[in-house]
Amino acid sequence: MANIGDRVRQVLDEHIYKNVVWKSVFRHGFPDTDRNRTLVVLSNVFLHLHPAKLKGHAVRMRYTWCMGGLSFFMFLILTISGVFLMFYYRPTPEYAYSDIISLREDVPLGMFMRNVHRWGAHAMVLIVWLHMLRVFMTGSYKAPREFNWGVGVILLKLTLLLSFTGYLLPWDQLAIWAITVGTNMARATPGVGHEGPLTSMIGIDAGYDTFQVVHSKSDIRFLLLGGSIVGPPALLRFYVLHCVFLPLVAGFLMAVHFWRIRKDGFSAPL
Amino acid sequence: MMGPLLAVAPQPIQGFFDLVNLLCEPWLFFTLTMVVFFAAIYFRRTLVKPPVALGILIASVAAILVSFMSPQFKAEASKPDNAPIFMLVYITGFCIWLAFWQAVKNDERLARGEKPEEYEVGKTRLHVWPYLLYIEGIVAAFVLAALFIWALSLEAPLEQAANPAKSPNPAKAPWYFLGLQEMLVYYDPWIAGVVLPGMIISGLIVIPYCDPNPKGLGYYTFAERKLAVTTFLFGFLIMWVVLIFVGTFMRGPNWNFFGLYEPWDVHKVLSLNNVNLSQMFWQDGMGKALPAAWWQREWPGFLLILAYFAVLPGVIMKLAPKLYRDLGFIRYSVLVVHFLVMLSLPIKMYLRWSLNLKYIVSIPEYFFNI
Ligand code: HEM
Repeated sequence: MANIGDRVRQVLDEHIYKNVVWKSVFRHGFPDTDRNRTLVVLSNVFLHLHPAKLKGHAVRMRYTWCMGGLSFFMFLILTISGVFLMFYYRPTPEYAYSDIISLREDVPLGMFMRNVHRWGAHAMVLIVWLHMLRVFMTGSYKAPREFNWGVGVILLKLTLLLSFTGYLLPWDQLAIWAITVGTNMARATPGVGHEGPLTSMIGIDAGYDTFQVVHSKSDIRFLLLGGSIVGPPALLRFYVLHCVFLPLVAGFLMAVHFWRIRKDGFSAPL
Repeated sequence: MMGPLLAVAPQPIQGFFDLVNLLCEPWLFFTLTMVVFFAAIYFRRTLVKPPVALGILIASVAAILVSFMSPQFKAEASKPDNAPIFMLVYITGFCIWLAFWQAVKNDERLARGEKPEEYEVGKTRLHVWPYLLYIEGIVAAFVLAALFIWALSLEAPLEQAANPAKSPNPAKAPWYFLGLQEMLVYYDPWIAGVVLPGMIISGLIVIPYCDPNPKGLGYYTFAERKLAVTTFLFGFLIMWVVLIFVGTFMRGPNWNFFGLYEPWDVHKVLSLNNVNLSQMFWQDGMGKALPAAWWQREWPGFLLILAYFAVLPGVIMKLAPKLYRDLGFIRYSVLVVHFLVMLSLPIKMYLRWSLNLKYIVSIPEYFFNI
C-alpha cells in the first residue's frame, strides 16, 4: 500500500496539475524537480523578485537577518491597515480626534487595526535601521552596490517621514506637540527659515524701511505647515503627504531598490 | 509588578538606585558609555561567546526588573509609545552580537589563511523555492503573529484632544528623533535640526564612495575593516541608540537632565551660567570689554573653527597617508568633513560640561550661533 504522501501526490498529479484552470494560472507541476522549482519563481511576477537560485550563504538568516524582506513586509501590512483606517478618518480638526475615538469605541476591529498600524510603524522604523546595519556589517554597500545603498538611505529617510507625518493625524496633545517640536527646527533653516542664519540678509532696503523677503509667513516652515502654527492646514498637508505622496515615492524607490538588487547580484565573498 | 506593592524600594536596591543616579551626570554618563563601547569592541572575542552573551542578557533583564521598583522609571517605561525603546535596545543588541559572533569566527579563519565561512557555504547554489521562500514565509508568519499579539495587548496612546494653548512639559519628539532633540541642547536649531540631519543623510550616502577598502565584501569581519566598522557603530550606537535612551528616560521637565531613577521635579533649577567663547576670550582672557562689531568680537571663534576644519584634515592626512592616496582630494575632503562634523557633537558636549561654553561663534544679529 502506498503511503499517504505518495497518495496525495498522485491525486495532485491527476486532478490538479492536469486541470485546465490550474494550467492557465500556474505554468508548473509539483516543485520537486529542478525544472519545476525554477519555474515556480520565474513564472510568478511576485516571486520573480527573487532569482531562481542563490548561493547558500545568501539564504541563511544569520547573513541577511531577513531584515530587508521584513521592511517590505511591514510596508505591506501598513498599507493594508492604513487603507482600513482611511475609511473612518477625516483630516480636519473638527473630526480627526473624534474619528479616532469612534474607531476605538464603535468600529468593529477598529482599535485592533489602529494598534497594528501604530506598532507596525514603530517596528518598521526599527527594522529598516537594522537592515542598514546588516548591509553595512557585511560590506554589501561596496562596489557595485554603491547606488543601491544610496537608494536605501533615501528609503530610510522616507520611512522616518512617513512615521513622522502619521504621528500628527490623531490630533491629540501627543501629536501636535511632537510635531511642533519637530517642525520648529525648520524655522532655523539657513536662508529659508525666518529664524535661520543668513535669512535676515535677504531683504530689500527701501531706504526708509527694509522689506524682509523671508519672514514667519513666507518661510520654509510656513510652506510645510500651511500656516505659522500646527493648525488645520498642517493636518491636511500631513494627511496628504502621509497617505498619498510619501507612500507613492517609497513604493517607487522600492521598485528601484529591488530591481537593482537583482541587477547587481546578491553580495557574496569573492 | 512589584512596583505597586512597595511604596519605597528595599534598602540595598535604593542604594543601587542612588549609585546609578550619581553616575548619571551628563559628562560621566557619556564618558562611561563610550568607555563601554570601546571596551566591548576590544574584548569582542570574549563577549561574543554564547555563555558570556547570555549572561549579559540575563543581567540586563534582571536590572530592568529591579528598575521597575523605581516609580519614576516605571512611569516612563510603561508608556505604550516607549515600548519600542526596549525592542530597540534588545533587538539591536542581539543583531550586534550576531554580527560580531560571525565576524570573530571569520577573523580567526582569515588569520589562518582560510576563506570566510560565507565563502564555503556559498559554494552550494540552492533553489529559492523551497529553501528561501520557506524561510521568508515562516519568518513573515512569526512577525505577523508577534505584531498581532502586541496590538492586542497594548493599546496605542490617545491623549487629550489637541490644545495649542497648553504645551506639555517636556514636549518630546517621537522616539526616533530624540537624538536630534538631544543635539538641540548643544547646538542651535539651524545646526541640530537642519545641518546635522542633512549631513547624517549625506554622510550615509557617501559611505560607499569614501571607503577605499576592497576587503570585507559579502562576509562579516572586523579585523579587515576596523576603522570603518568602529566609526559606523559609534554613530549608530552612541549617537542614535544611546541618545534615544537618554532622551526617553533622562530628559524631564524643562529638558533637564535627570538620573535614571531620579523623580522628575518640575522645579529642578540648574544654574545656567553658560558663556560664549568671545566672553571668555575678551573679558576673562584679555580683561577688556567685548568689542561691539561682530567681526571684531567673534574672530577668535571663527579662527578656532577654521583651524578645526583646515588643520585637522592635514593632520589626519599625515597620520593616514594611504587613505588620502586611495581617495584623492575630493573624496578625502568629503569624508573628513563628515567625520569632523560627527565628532563636533561630542566635542561641543564636553566643552559645555567642562567650560560651560555656550557658543563658539555667536552673532545673534544674524541668528548665527555655533
Ligand atoms: C523601506 C526600506 C527598505 C526596503 C523595503 C529594503 C528591502 C531590501 C531587500 C528585500 C533586500 C534583499 C536582501 C535582504 O533582505 O537583506 C535589500 C538589500 C539591500 N538593501 Fe535594502 N531595503 C530598504 C532600505 C535600505 C536601506 C536603509 C539601505 C542602506 C542604507 C539599504 C541598502 C541595501 C543594499 C545595499 C542591499 C543589497 C544587499 C546585498 O546585496 O547584500 N536598503 N533591501
